[in-house]
Parts: sequence; structure tokens; C-alpha cells
Amino acid sequence: MGPFEYFEPLSIEETVSLLKKYGDKAKVLAGGTDLVPQMKEKTTRPEFVISIGRIANLDYIRLDGEKGLKIGALTTIRSIEQSPQLQPKYGLICQSASQTASIAVRNVATVGGNLCNASPSADIATALMALSAKTKLVSPAGERIVPLEDFILGPGATALKTDELLTEIQIPSPPAHTAGVYIKYTTRGGEELALIGVAALLTLSAGDGTCTEAKLALGAVAPTPIRARRAEGVLKGKKIDQELIEKAALTASDESSPIDDIRGSAEYRREMLKVFTRDAIRQAAELAKSAA
Amino acid sequence: MRQNLELKVNGQFYEVFVEPWKSLVEVLREELGLTGVKVACDTGDCGSCTVLIDGKAVKSCLMLAPQARGKEITTIEGLATEEGLHPLQEAFIEHFAVQCGYCTPGMILKAKALLDESPDVTEDEIRAGLSGNLCRCTGYVKIVEAIMAAQEKIKQASPGKKV
Repeated sequence: MGPFEYFEPLSIEETVSLLKKYGDKAKVLAGGTDLVPQMKEKTTRPEFVISIGRIANLDYIRLDGEKGLKIGALTTIRSIEQSPQLQPKYGLICQSASQTASIAVRNVATVGGNLCNASPSADIATALMALSAKTKLVSPAGERIVPLEDFILGPGATALKTDELLTEIQIPSPPAHTAGVYIKYTTRGGEELALIGVAALLTLSAGDGTCTEAKLALGAVAPTPIRARRAEGVLKGKKIDQELIEKAALTASDESSPIDDIRGSAEYRREMLKVFTRDAIRQAAELAKSAA
Repeated sequence: MRQNLELKVNGQFYEVFVEPWKSLVEVLREELGLTGVKVACDTGDCGSCTVLIDGKAVKSCLMLAPQARGKEITTIEGLATEEGLHPLQEAFIEHFAVQCGYCTPGMILKAKALLDESPDVTEDEIRAGLSGNLCRCTGYVKIVEAIMAAQEKIKQASPGKKV
């Protein structure tokens, strides 16, 4: 690794000013669990490493009642996994966090770093996309809010400008009678990227159990995590039954564009997407029935 | 350009003079001579570099040394006390959970972090908790047995107390 100059700014202002100064030659270091291996492999060779781990007040999970949820960018994936505040309403975020890498990595890896790494299979990104999450980006000029779907642009690519820092993730509060699940399918038990990931978030009407809202996000089957909007359309406004679930699962599979890689072929991923989308919708519907 | 860096390891303060791109495991092994922590894959997959930072398991090959400043770092060398070996160390010996020994320091520290956080875990939870630490020799059977046995010993010695 290296050589590089190493900074430990203590504020967001100091950080974005350093980013503005050094531009493309700088990389932000949060937990380091993605950046350090990349520097070792020399897939990235920053001349300036801006270590933000000591900035105060970026590690938080804040429930704001009706307004929703705010998560600071330096919150570790382990904190998210173990947060009782996220249960039950935002439980699928915990599910996605708990299946990311391994405990020792999750103790250090941050949610902000994970999103900025923009892996097509990122578990938390997939779950957050189903929740219509937004990102808060701060620069010397001010701040802007960018929906997560518009933030992750491609493998390793985000909408971050060179002088911007992701500081917060904002999640709107799901309506009543909503529940979600995240299913990760891997070739082995842990410390593995998803072969496919499915996040399903369903809202059922209190009266007759009709699905009033459906959000489906798919991971590892496209250049970024994606919303399966046609599959969502299959479910929305209808009563969830076996036939409808099958139709939605087939539609989701159609909306995907997986590649062949070491974990599986595109064909296998499309097939497995049918299976796990079906499972995710079924499980989410069950949970939504008893959700407050 | 080397910089001064103070690290607290196993209760002791050390001052090292290293480049900021040295990983924590490199500094622990090469500057402090703490070779109990191993480098195998160097990509954060095998877990042989596992240390505890503020009591939590961390893969020290994934961390730049300066990130660890101001934290309490525990390596395998810091586990035994004047009274003797940690129950986990004893159990690994008693249950023949060591073959080549390369995964062992990481396994023991991971297990310690697990038991410190949840003193009462099932075998399945132990196996899930060891995810991220690989062993090429033992097939994990004796490792899991040793941790189960250590858990009992710890519970009996001081019920509800962290060791």
C-alpha cells in the first residue's frame, strides 16, 4: 500500500475542504474494510487518504416518529444489525446487515462506506432501496439529498462529486401494516457476496388484506441494486395469493440482468430469483398481516 | 514518511514510528514483535489476523495502524494472566483443538469476543459466530467443542461475570 499522505480531520467541514483541495487524488477512509483491500490490490492508489473515523456525531440511529429514520454514515454495520430501535418496522435493514461479511468485518465497516463502495450485491443497499432511502451529501458549497437509487450509478460508481461526503442516510417511515424481509442467497454460509439478494416490503390494508404498496429490490442481478417496478405493479392493489406471488416472482426475474461470475451463471441467478422473490414476498406478506 | 503513533496493546502503551500505510497486523508483528497474530490471506477473509479492539473482534489486516490509536488492542499474548491461561486457551489444549496452530489465536480471540458479549450461546450460535475464521486442519469439530467447554468453565467460575 502507499505511499500516501494521511489526514485525520475532526469535522465534516475539514473533510470536504480536503476533498476539494485534493480531488481525484484523495480517497475517504471510513472503516477501511473495502478501501484497504483495494489499496493492497492496487485497484485504487490514492495519494491522499482522508480518514474520517474520528469525526464526532456521525455514528447514530435516530428514529423520528412519523418522519422516519436517520442513520449516520459512520454507523457500523454491526450496530445496525444489533439495533433494537430498528425492530420491527425496519427489521429488513437488520437482516441485510446481519448477513453482510462476518462479525469482525461488521464491527468496523460503516454503512456510509458500504454505500459509497457501490457493490452491485451490497446487502444493506438492497434493503435500503426497498425502503426508498435517501442519501445526504455535504460539500463546501452546501448539502443535497439524493435518492439512493440515483446515488448508486454502477459497480463502484456513485453520484458523489469529488468534494462531497456522504453524511447521513434518511429513510421515510413506512405506512402502518407494513413489513419487510431481506433474503440473501449465497453459495456458502458467511463472509460471502450475495449470489442474489431480495428485499421485499409490503403494505397490506387493515380491512381486507389487499396489498396497497409493494416494494421489491434486487441485489447482485444488475450493475446496481435495482427496484423491480414491474413486479411491484403485479402485486399492488391486489390480494396476495400463491398465483399472484408466482407471477410477481417471474416478472422480477425478467427485470433482472445478471452476469455470469464465479458465484453463479446468469441463467442460474435468473432461476433462483424466481425462487427467492417468491419466498421474500410470501414472508413479507405474513409479517405484514400482523404488523402494527 | 514515518509518523509517531502511540498504540495501547495488552494494557501497555507503545510508541512506534511507522508509515501511515502500514496495516495494524504489520505493526503488531514487525514493530512490537507480537507474532501471535498471523497474516495468511491478507485480504480479510481467513480471520488469522483477528485481534480485539475495545473488546470487539477486528481483522487487523484490514485496518491501517493509525486507525487503532486511542483504542484498547488485545492480542493472543494478552489473554493469559499471572493466574494462568484463559479458560479458552486451556480448553483448546484439553480438547485437542489445535493442529498447525495458525488459525488458533484468531479463533480464541473471536470466541472470547463472542462469549464476552453472550455468555450463554448454543453450538449453532458458536458456529455462526466463528464465520469469518477459517481452519484448514481441524474441520472445526474440536474448536467448537473447546469453546462449548470453555463456556461452561467460565459460567461455573463466575456466573454472569465477564472473564
